[in-house]
Amino acid sequence: MLLTPSEVRNSSDTMLKRTAAPLDVRSVTKTYGDFRALDDVTLSIEAGEFIAILGPSGSGKSTLLMAVAGFIRPDAGRILFDGSDIVRAPANRRGFGVVFQNYALFPHMDVLANVGFPLRVRGVAKREISGRAEAALETVKLSGYGSRGISELSGGQRQRVALARAIVFEPKVLLMDEPLSALDKTLREEMQIEIRELHNKLQITTLYVTHDQREALTIADRIAVMDKGRIVQLDTPEVLYRHPADEFVAKFIGEATILDSDRLAGAGAKGKVVIRSEDFCLRPDGDADGWATLEGTLRGIVFQGDSWLLQVELADGTLIGARAQQHFAPDVSALLIGQPLPLHVPRTRLHVLGATNG
Amino acid sequence: MADMALAGNVRLEGLNRRGLARDATYERLLALGFTLPCLLVVAIAVAIPCGWLFYLSIFGADGSLSFENYQRIIDGASYARIFMTTFQVSLLTVLACVVIGVPFAAFISGLEQRKAVWFLAAILLPFWTSLLVRAYSWLVLLQRGGIVNSTLMSLGIIDEPLQLAFNHFATILGMTHIMLPIFILPVLGAMRAIDRNIIRASASLGATRSFTFRTVFLPLASPGIAAGAILVFVMSLGFYVTPAILGGGNVTVISMRIARSLSNFSNWGAASALGVLMLVFTGTVFLLGYALQRFIARKAI
Repeated sequence: MLLTPSEVRNSSDTMLKRTAAPLDVRSVTKTYGDFRALDDVTLSIEAGEFIAILGPSGSGKSTLLMAVAGFIRPDAGRILFDGSDIVRAPANRRGFGVVFQNYALFPHMDVLANVGFPLRVRGVAKREISGRAEAALETVKLSGYGSRGISELSGGQRQRVALARAIVFEPKVLLMDEPLSALDKTLREEMQIEIRELHNKLQITTLYVTHDQREALTIADRIAVMDKGRIVQLDTPEVLYRHPADEFVAKFIGEATILDSDRLAGAGAKGKVVIRSEDFCLRPDGDADGWATLEGTLRGIVFQGDSWLLQVELADGTLIGARAQQHFAPDVSALLIGQPLPLHVPRTRLHVLGATNG
Repeated sequence: MADMALAGNVRLEGLNRRGLARDATYERLLALGFTLPCLLVVAIAVAIPCGWLFYLSIFGADGSLSFENYQRIIDGASYARIFMTTFQVSLLTVLACVVIGVPFAAFISGLEQRKAVWFLAAILLPFWTSLLVRAYSWLVLLQRGGIVNSTLMSLGIIDEPLQLAFNHFATILGMTHIMLPIFILPVLGAMRAIDRNIIRASASLGATRSFTFRTVFLPLASPGIAAGAILVFVMSLGFYVTPAILGGGNVTVISMRIARSLSNFSNWGAASALGVLMLVFTGTVFLLGYALQRFIARKAI
């Protein structure tokens, strides 16, 4: 599905050529009264990289994006684009493509006029405008929609128009603020893949704000997890999932149980241990030495389609969740609620917080 | 799919529709009940006097049924001039409101709520002052020995006092002062409703502030501007106190002619005919304006 860089360079449908540029956010701080929206945020984005900013609401992720876009002036810090500080440059001089959460299309213009707007602003000749706008619409798979009114479009189509409008003037940076949050799940997942493909094709340096951890994992090269105005961890999706830096990241991405290692029999490590709910097994396979075990009592079984969620109460009364995949069906059907249930975890799957990655 | 299964089992669909229809009827009746007092007031205070006006206008001076009142208005050149004056003064008032009000409303709409409140209060303050007081205040400022003239003379800018009061200028100035809040409120409403992200989007796409104002902000505010303009125009057509005081006899509008017909000649028929014509005229303007506004709104959104 994903193209390698050389395939991208050779692909004939790359109508719109890009030159990507790096973006550097250095020690940016923004406060509103007593509230620290951004607290010494530093983020280095390589040319052509796709970075997702992930965090709960109020974590400062949108503030960061708006600061990069030029709508919010940071109190302190620098934002370097292609090596020069742009903190004082107004939004309309930055030349970044921005896609807003609610699309922010111009309701009094048709689709083609919306997409052509940035070209009109730049004084491009009329004939060229419609040609390039049409090409951008084709890129987002909306050919032939040019004369439609905005109110005639569905949510997904509006999102595509907003995307076309943000890339038609060949920006070096693309900023997206929860662009898919208003769409239903199926469409959202479809668009995630499409946005990713579009990025592979155009290679624009991209900052993508989302509160949806799955979306971030699907779409980004690297994910910056934000909490309380700070970037808690910046890593590739896999590292982030397997080796969360702290409890917040571990809990925010995926389902995790976090325990003191002495609660586990055979943990083989000291400290707080993160266990992914899907890493629990009902019975250990093969080498018994490679497993850690957690004693508990089964309190509930919930069938959720691709898996069962087993609610297990530990000795101290805490309730944890373990997932049993489909191939455990015979084991699950043999379970009785209220009975003791030992959970097993391969020792290699245990992640000790504060330990070095690897 | 789930809906069909439900409907098949318990016939939820048919049951719901009946219930919904009953609820809808109940709601309509309830709404009618709430509206009834208002409708009654409108009937007593508007419909009956208007009908009475029309009734009076179709009787001649001798008490017989005739159209002489209308005939006189159509024949007399002075009436045509009065209608033109009224029209002109109202149109210029609208123009002044647009020129002053649109930038002002645009400015307020960009402020935070906390600051905007003060400016809004400043606009609404004149609302609490009597029309008469406001007209005379302008007179104090504008008359030959008024503050404006005496200041300009003491500064040596002019030798002779300027004729500022008792003309079209003073009338339109006074009317604009009164109409401005009425104009600004719907305009401000429309401007406030514009999504800030749309303005941001325009900037992010490279547009300067003035380009955004012209191509995005104004078109989106235009339904509100049209609504305000129609409101001001229609209300201006019926002004009496302000043109009477600030016009000083040099500006004669329809309502003044109506008053003269009554106070000088006690001619109810003539006054009623003028009233009816003005009502028809105002109604036509309003409907045309409304259609125009609908057209603008449809084009804008």
